[in-house]
Amino acid sequence: MNKENHQVLLEIKDLHKEYDTRTVLDGIHLRVHKGEVIVVLGPSGCGKSTLLRCLNGLESIQGGDIQFDGESLIGPNVDWQKTRQKIGMVFQNYELFPHMTVIENILLGPIKVQKREKKEVMDQATQLLEKVGLSDRKDSYPRQLSGGQKQRIAIVRALCMNPEIMLFDEVTAALDPEMVREVLDVILGLAKQGMTMMIVTHEMGFAQAVADRILFIDEGKVCEMSEPKEFFTNPKTERAQQFLNIFQF
Amino acid sequence: MDINWQFIISTLPLYQKAAWITIKLGFWGTLLSLIIGLVCSIILYFRIKILKELVGIYVELSRNTPLLIQLFFLYFGLTKIGITMSETTCAIIGLAFLGGSYMSEAFRSGIEAVSKTQIESGLSIGLSQMQLIRYVILPQAFAVTMPSLAANCIFLFKETSIVGAIAIAELMHVTQDVIGMYYQTFESLFMLVVAYLIIILPLSFLLTWLERKVRYAEFGN
Repeated sequence: MNKENHQVLLEIKDLHKEYDTRTVLDGIHLRVHKGEVIVVLGPSGCGKSTLLRCLNGLESIQGGDIQFDGESLIGPNVDWQKTRQKIGMVFQNYELFPHMTVIENILLGPIKVQKREKKEVMDQATQLLEKVGLSDRKDSYPRQLSGGQKQRIAIVRALCMNPEIMLFDEVTAALDPEMVREVLDVILGLAKQGMTMMIVTHEMGFAQAVADRILFIDEGKVCEMSEPKEFFTNPKTERAQQFLNIFQF
Repeated sequence: MDINWQFIISTLPLYQKAAWITIKLGFWGTLLSLIIGLVCSIILYFRIKILKELVGIYVELSRNTPLLIQLFFLYFGLTKIGITMSETTCAIIGLAFLGGSYMSEAFRSGIEAVSKTQIESGLSIGLSQMQLIRYVILPQAFAVTMPSLAANCIFLFKETSIVGAIAIAELMHVTQDVIGMYYQTFESLFMLVVAYLIIILPLSFLLTWLERKVRYAEFGN
């Protein structure tokens, strides 16, 4: 499905990120259109996670520009509290708040940050929880849930803010293989509904199934950017071929 | 051993009165300590310039000098430069000055135990710095640091036994007076111990209950 004639939601231009003297991102260009699913692949340490974190203001950047919804996310005047409401993020280690129940975790942002009506948010939360099959765990604490359940709750928590884009940072990397599926199914469901997403993952089968485009990064540079079928069957660069070979037995 | 029960009964009102004074000093001293500690730890968390250095100096000064000296300084020293306060005010300020640094260190260790990723998780849903402190950092810090806070509370209630040195009729001071007047050393000290236990044991139970409550969510039982 080609979504490249959709409106551009996120545009990254010549993004540079350095830690001290080490260059982590070296001139990344990317346009994400509304409804598009970009899967970011690459060897570990290549800067995939850093790229996502830059989009959410969790990392400072040293050069280039990021435009979200036509507004620049660079400089001291960015209203991150407002922007982050539109950019949902899910972390590798769930990062649910351990001192709150599931429902308190979900309601915190919508009620305290977005100042929405409790009843309305509650209805939405209940619906979302049902969708991910966890409506009976509303009053549990995170420590009482399995990893897969925690990650599904973390996705619901981000979704309940009604974001325009979702960022997934290796969200199945800490999970047992059996639990990976339940989380990936939720993300696949979101893709079908037309959610714009950027996904960092090591699940190749999933990447192929969910992605509109694959962004392959190595040493902070975009090595390859192509449709999944093309990328997995006929990678253009040698680096991508090497990378894909690791996953073959 | 013969215990002079008659004596104990006759001095009971004295001890009762003194116990109330001890409770009052302990309560205000602890409450102010908690407030000072919380404010200091938040200053340290935000690394506010100048204030951060002042907190550092305060903590070192307060933890590394004996309460007795602090009280003498407040009571006798400050009058020299024209500041005169009542004994009770001096005692409460002294306790708060000492306790504040202990509480500050306890809160700080709790705040530092909150992981960076939890903070990022809070930021990612759009929380402001103040909301982050209130809804994410402090509740978690509290759960971690509750045992130290409880120990500090009990410590401060026991430290009230020193403030008799600036002529406050709290339990220790009254006991010394009674011994001086009637030479009933054993009975007097016995009542002193019982009085402290009556005050501090319920406090200790209350704190244990509170600790369990604030830690339940994260750590279970």
